[in-house]
Amino acid sequence: MNPPPAFLLADVSFRYPEALALDALSLSIAPGECVAVLGANGSGKSTLLRLLAGLCFPERGRVEFFGEPLTEEAFAQTTFAHSFRRRVGIIFQNPDAQLFNATVFDEVAFGPLQMGWKKSEILERVHCALADLGIEALKDRPPHRLSGGEKKRVALASVLVLDPEVLLLDEPTAALDPQSQGHVIDFLFGCLGKKTVITTTHSLEVAQEIADRCLVLENGRLAASGPTAGILQDADLLERTHLVHVHRHRHPSGAVHSHPHRHY
Amino acid sequence: MEKTLDRLAGSLERAARADEAGGQGGLLQPLDPRVKLLGFLGLIFAAAASQRLAVTAAIFAIGVILARTSRVLAPIARLWGGVLLFTGAVVLPAVVLTPGHALFHIPWTGWPVTDHGLQSAVGLIARALATATLAALLVLTTRWGPLLKALRVLRVPMLLVMLLGMTYRYLFVLLGVAHAFFETRRARTVGRLTEAQRRQMAVSSAAILLSKSVQLSGEVYEAMQARGFRGEVCTLDAFRFQRRDWCALAMFAVITLAAFGWGAQP
Repeated sequence: MNPPPAFLLADVSFRYPEALALDALSLSIAPGECVAVLGANGSGKSTLLRLLAGLCFPERGRVEFFGEPLTEEAFAQTTFAHSFRRRVGIIFQNPDAQLFNATVFDEVAFGPLQMGWKKSEILERVHCALADLGIEALKDRPPHRLSGGEKKRVALASVLVLDPEVLLLDEPTAALDPQSQGHVIDFLFGCLGKKTVITTTHSLEVAQEIADRCLVLENGRLAASGPTAGILQDADLLERTHLVHVHRHRHPSGAVHSHPHRHY
Repeated sequence: MEKTLDRLAGSLERAARADEAGGQGGLLQPLDPRVKLLGFLGLIFAAAASQRLAVTAAIFAIGVILARTSRVLAPIARLWGGVLLFTGAVVLPAVVLTPGHALFHIPWTGWPVTDHGLQSAVGLIARALATATLAALLVLTTRWGPLLKALRVLRVPMLLVMLLGMTYRYLFVLLGVAHAFFETRRARTVGRLTEAQRRQMAVSSAAILLSKSVQLSGEVYEAMQARGFRGEVCTLDAFRFQRRDWCALAMFAVITLAAFGWGAQP
């Protein structure tokens, strides 16, 4: 018998008061897979991550995590909620929402504290997570005084301290300078094969670097799913889903050409 | 409103710098925040309860020496001007209204400055200076986060400690948003606005800021939930008492008890 997928979505729809965000979405993500969710702004990428993180629940259809349904009733049970939060970590796009504690140390210790771990274990794990991300020197700093790249690393440490099996990342390289982007990509490289990684991104470069498979969302629907190389070769798909822009240039002969322009 | 925001941003920037200085080298900085909190609270109560000017002055002198050795004398000295001005204004009527032997009369008005009035005014100003110095010392030599956690030794509820920490944290974020908001408005505004237009802009800005803060609070709650928060507040204090903390606590206790003892009788 095949093991259940890490996540299974069957005919999932989700609606905000003002618009439909996901429309009859069905997909499956295998354990250990690294998946990039691509799509234009408003295509439903962040909503999909929130559903996978059990932060909101579908209006229709079902979401399963290793065969267990993710429902409000399931999360009302402390055992399930603790186990799920321990196994699935999410990094939000806005670090100001993710980093809400007074110091970096408190931020990283927040998750383990909620899990009810022993003080000695928490201290050890926090120090390890800070060391792994190279941010030990920041431990007494307030998060609002950090740079964008430092905030992102603190956010990663705050999730990694629980050593989750599944990492959900919402635009992990957005608004970062090239060096900080490099740090995040290096970190994701380190997770490959060890964790299930699901990341939303606009960056085809990030998808190409790390993802085994890409899911392309368009207006809340799955426009395409397949190996990264195949998806990134599909110029029509990328253009239709606003993942590349059409670049127009004039040749010395006077002829004007337009073609999709990729930034990777 | 823009000027108020600028001033607030400036104050918060100074507070943030002071917070960073709270962890830097000096005599008091390395001490356990709980020791400082208890020690300074004891001294503040002793100074406030003191009936002897000499005892209050001695506590003030200790505060000045501690500020000097902790490298925070300059910001504390800046505070004294405000304390003198404010307390002076409060006690001024008492100088002439308190019954007693008239030492001299104020020219033109002829109001008498009495010995008891002057004594109580000097006593009050000394107490205000001493207590403000000690409170500033506590804040300037201790980072905000550990200081909040140290409140737990006074049995302050965990929820309140967490709320205070988050309030401090998001004050900076929302002020930054408001500041950016006014700057973008300014960048797109040509000419002078009328009073009515300014009021309208201020009201709409406040409404948008409120809406943004509600949205942010929702995101923060989701981030808390995602890491296992289920309504129970848990905090971790990594404080560890060392020999120097015990020594400091003993010193604070001795000075406070002595101040209470000698300061009890006028």
